[in-house]
Amino acid sequence: MNDLSPRATPAVPARPEPAPPIGLLAELTHRCPLRCPYCSNPLELDRRESELDTATWMRVLSEAAAIGVLHVHLSGGEPTARADLVDLTAHCARVGLYTNLITSGIGRADAMLDALSDAGLDHVQLSLQGAHAQTADRIGGYAGGHDKKLAFARRVVELGLPLTVNAVIHRGNIDEVADMIDLAVALKAKRLEIAHTQYYGWAFVNRAALMPTRAEVERSLAIVEAARQRLEGVLVIDLVIPDYYARFPKACTGGWGRRTLNVTPTGKVLPCHAAESIPGLEFWNVRDHALGDIWRQGPAFNAFRGTDWMQEPCRSCARKEMDFGGCRCQAMALLGDAAATDPACTLSPFHGRMEDRAAGEAAAEAPSYQYRAMGGGAAAGPGGAL
Amino acid sequence: MSALAAEDVPRLPRGVKVRYDEVRSRHVLLAPERAFDIDEIAAAILELVDGHTSVAAIADVLAARFEAPRDVVCADVQAMLGDLAAKRVIER
Ligand code: SF4
Ligand code: SF4
Repeated sequence: MNDLSPRATPAVPARPEPAPPIGLLAELTHRCPLRCPYCSNPLELDRRESELDTATWMRVLSEAAAIGVLHVHLSGGEPTARADLVDLTAHCARVGLYTNLITSGIGRADAMLDALSDAGLDHVQLSLQGAHAQTADRIGGYAGGHDKKLAFARRVVELGLPLTVNAVIHRGNIDEVADMIDLAVALKAKRLEIAHTQYYGWAFVNRAALMPTRAEVERSLAIVEAARQRLEGVLVIDLVIPDYYARFPKACTGGWGRRTLNVTPTGKVLPCHAAESIPGLEFWNVRDHALGDIWRQGPAFNAFRGTDWMQEPCRSCARKEMDFGGCRCQAMALLGDAAATDPACTLSPFHGRMEDRAAGEAAAEAPSYQYRAMGGGAAAGPGGAL
Repeated sequence: MSALAAEDVPRLPRGVKVRYDEVRSRHVLLAPERAFDIDEIAAAILELVDGHTSVAAIADVLAARFEAPRDVVCADVQAMLGDLAAKRVIER
């Protein structure tokens, strides 16, 4: 007798269809004239020969628009290292994508800016390594870089493009936060991102050279708070807090596979830029799959989507839909378990060790930077798990 | 939050735009690092924001189109645009 009751065939419960993504980070290239010791690119940098070609990027961008992406972040490396960036920007405008150029302002950036503007670029986010040339050029590992950036920023504003200044903060420039705010105002930026270093990629390797003390962090946060009030209506300041000293983790990328996707120079699609640091995840490539299929069915996207994968204390925590257990890559890097609670959370049993590690590194003399370099992954040792 | 005056001329600065989102079947207002859902009325108002047309003139057009009392429409337009000006999304 045929038993057709649902219990007879233990079907895999159907996954609910994920909501459409809102943002796409297009890592067009890993090439960059700067060598920031906190660069979020992976230690194994993709080489130019293996980068996606123009036609493939255009197809990916069209697919992104069709599945609901609103903002595209043209990033790298230094995205203007790609000669086709103007064409890609024009293509985004054609398919209705809002374009945000994330640039160092160095290399070809200045020469390309007017053409990018004409192609319909919507917004420019310029990185500054410090408020003063001496500090900034040492951090970026590129002499004369800071002054070029300032000239680039002025041209952005002259063209009428909205400018955001992005400053990654660490022990080498944390004393310049107040000056950085003044500089952003002087440059007529509309937004300033004071982004405390997140320790992935090169930043994890360089953690001891980058980690500030808790007192320095608190002082910098107070400066930002006061400036926000003083500059209301002039400059919007967004703050990324340093999570080694936080109480709760950030909802990394707004939750795994919930809002954004990241396409690498070679076409791998990642839920976040550091996801390749998690062993065993299977990343689909745009050369083999449509972007929408990757978003819905890609194994890496479904690995930590939602909350079913969680362990305690996240599993029974009231905040689990707010921060989604924090960052998977950080749990992996520090605890060797990508499904663990992010140790940045005070409810993690390992949080105390994380704070002690940060405090210890910050108190010791800073080692010298391991500057990023092509093929530098092997030379760079791990930054230290807990 | 301060409403705009009837004679103010609002404009969308570069980097801010309204578009219809086919996937989600609604209008969105896109700005640097931000996206706002907007309803049909807000979309109709923003469509008329061109840097030349005053708040009063926008209200005239909408009052005629929706056959609604002009002063009610004008107050709505002033409040809505005032809210967006406070978020630094539109300029006057
Ligand atoms: S963080 Fe520095 S080195 Fe890395 S891509 Fe950006 S500017 Fe280049
Ligand atoms: S226990 Fe997990 S869900 Fe709860 S606050 Fe910490 S990281 Fe977030």
